[in-house]
Amino acid sequence: MTVVTDVSAPAAPTTRLRVPSRWAFLARRLGFYLTAAWAAITLNFLLPRLMPGDPSVAIVDQLQRVSGRQLPPETLVSIQTLFGDPDANLAEQYLAYLGQLARFDLGISISRFPTPVADLVASGLPWTLMLVGTTTVLAFVIGTGLGVLTGWKAGGRFDAIVTPASTFISSVPYFWVALIALWVFAFELRWLPSSGGYDPDLEGPAFWLSALRYGILPAATIVFSAFGGWLLGMRNMTVTTVREEYVLLAQAKGLSPSRVVLRYAARNAMLPSFTGFALALGGVIGGALLTEIVFSYPGIGYLLYDSLTKRDYPVMQGVFLLIALTVLLANLIADSVYVFVDPRVREQG
Amino acid sequence: MSAPARTETRTLTRSSPHEAVLEVRDLTVDYIGPDGAVTACKDVTLSLRRGEILGIAGESGSGKSTLITALTRLQRPPAATTSGSITFHPRDGRAGIDLVGLSPRELRRLRWSTMSIVLQSAMDALNPVMRLGDQFADVLRTHYRDLDRSGARDRTTELLAMVGISADRARSFPHEMSGGMRQRATIALALACEPELVVMDEPTTAVDVVMQRQILAQVLRLRRELGFAVVIVTHDLSLLLEVADRIAIMYAGRIVEVGTASALYRDPAHPYTRGLRDSFPPLHAPLRELRGIPGTPPDLRRPPSGCPFHPRCPVRVEACQSTLPALVPLPEQEAACLLLTSEENP
Repeated sequence: MTVVTDVSAPAAPTTRLRVPSRWAFLARRLGFYLTAAWAAITLNFLLPRLMPGDPSVAIVDQLQRVSGRQLPPETLVSIQTLFGDPDANLAEQYLAYLGQLARFDLGISISRFPTPVADLVASGLPWTLMLVGTTTVLAFVIGTGLGVLTGWKAGGRFDAIVTPASTFISSVPYFWVALIALWVFAFELRWLPSSGGYDPDLEGPAFWLSALRYGILPAATIVFSAFGGWLLGMRNMTVTTVREEYVLLAQAKGLSPSRVVLRYAARNAMLPSFTGFALALGGVIGGALLTEIVFSYPGIGYLLYDSLTKRDYPVMQGVFLLIALTVLLANLIADSVYVFVDPRVREQG
Repeated sequence: MSAPARTETRTLTRSSPHEAVLEVRDLTVDYIGPDGAVTACKDVTLSLRRGEILGIAGESGSGKSTLITALTRLQRPPAATTSGSITFHPRDGRAGIDLVGLSPRELRRLRWSTMSIVLQSAMDALNPVMRLGDQFADVLRTHYRDLDRSGARDRTTELLAMVGISADRARSFPHEMSGGMRQRATIALALACEPELVVMDEPTTAVDVVMQRQILAQVLRLRRELGFAVVIVTHDLSLLLEVADRIAIMYAGRIVEVGTASALYRDPAHPYTRGLRDSFPPLHAPLRELRGIPGTPPDLRRPPSGCPFHPRCPVRVEACQSTLPALVPLPEQEAACLLLTSEENP
């Protein structure tokens, strides 16, 4: 960015200047993210139109293959009327597209005609948010907590067991973990359901309990595979932070060990992990593609997979836009919160 | 606690009418490595009187930093205190406490309210993500259980005022303050719980000379007002000669000379002290030829036989290679040199 205030300036009247600089910082970031969002929307509009081939022809081919007979040329025309004429003026199309987006209209699904894409996304979104959102937070909390413990007493017995074990775990490919878990717990032991997100025959509290039961395997496999990365990152940062003079001084002050570990060591060691965590949250929407495929979980990932195999362009486009915008939103939130987490970034644009 | 009875208080300077606040006896610190232990401090014996400023000087690797982390019980593995005692005598007249034998919990209770520390680099000594006031409040409220938030705030204001920092700075983060202000803040922090002893590790090396003088003047004034004792460690002997009451010179993990600052300046008895004194220009005396000390400090993994200084010593004799000299009492100091025990003084 452009403005870098001189941090070493000795007598900056801080209390009065700090608050405006924090807001100015946020305003600059907000401007940046709005521009990026506009670029994402525009690309999302342009890319399908720049691709070679005509989706309406593809649809006609597909219909012909399915029905096994020749379709009249009027079909092509009606499809183009329904989904948009490829020969229309690009600028007009763009404006129309922006207008649609403003009304949360993402078009109509081809494979599940005539369900609007927005409805498909809206039905998948809560499942993905619940499953991947919860597990991302859980994996972060467990991994970071264990990372502090192993890093604080690096070389101790706990560290000697937990760190190699989690290195091993995080190097196992996720799909393999998921398939083994599926085989053991769903097919061999029959403790948990093998696919889906809920029991469609139930209602009320029983329905929610079934959703919980269906969620256990996908959630457990995600947490199992993801916590090791957080652990290793946090452990290594803690090992460095523990050697800092301010941690030594905190010990010299006679503060309780938990205070020294949490407020002095972990609080500083967490700064890099925090950025990673915010980015991981942004990836939640598009995130658990493999999980949702393996467990046939009714979320956005499964919707995307389904639309890809059926070449359902409007759904793909809608999901891509949603993913792009969530990543941007998560970044914006991370940036804004980081200002409060690490006071030193306020002075730098 | 097995508090050693203070039977013999014949400390380093013979006359000790004042009560000692800290007594160190035969302290040995080893660094335990895979190839065996390296001794960084050997048989260090020191006594510090109430309100006294004791300077410890020596080259890099002389063991002075090892000594103060051992004194403050802040050493981390691989460093370990393998023998000796560090006896702290509380001002309320209770029996002395040997810090070496204390459990971590007992030690925590004594920390900061009896002995605090000022670290070398104030930038690194303050937590970068905590406001200055919070770093005062947590230590205050740890040691004064019944102190509430506003009480802690008032006390912080008072402490900051002692070093000339305005109260609104308590809301600042460390990076928003200049180097000198940070260092003064850490000195105010060290005084928060009215310690009887403040240990300072190179407290002025990170600031410019003007700030150095200002900080030292403040320390001297506060010592006069509050009466705490100071152990100040530095490689800068000229600085010690100005502020310290007594000075101990360390070489290869041992104290080779200890005595009043004036005696060490006027009439150093150990050839190493003479070398140190002659390696910087005098402030008030006419200029004389500066001399450094040839050679380098010994490798502590393979310490020289006999007197550790003999390979660099300009006045060594045959016996220096085989005999380790003990500290010899002189009128105003003690020094460990074989020439002092033989009849003729150098």
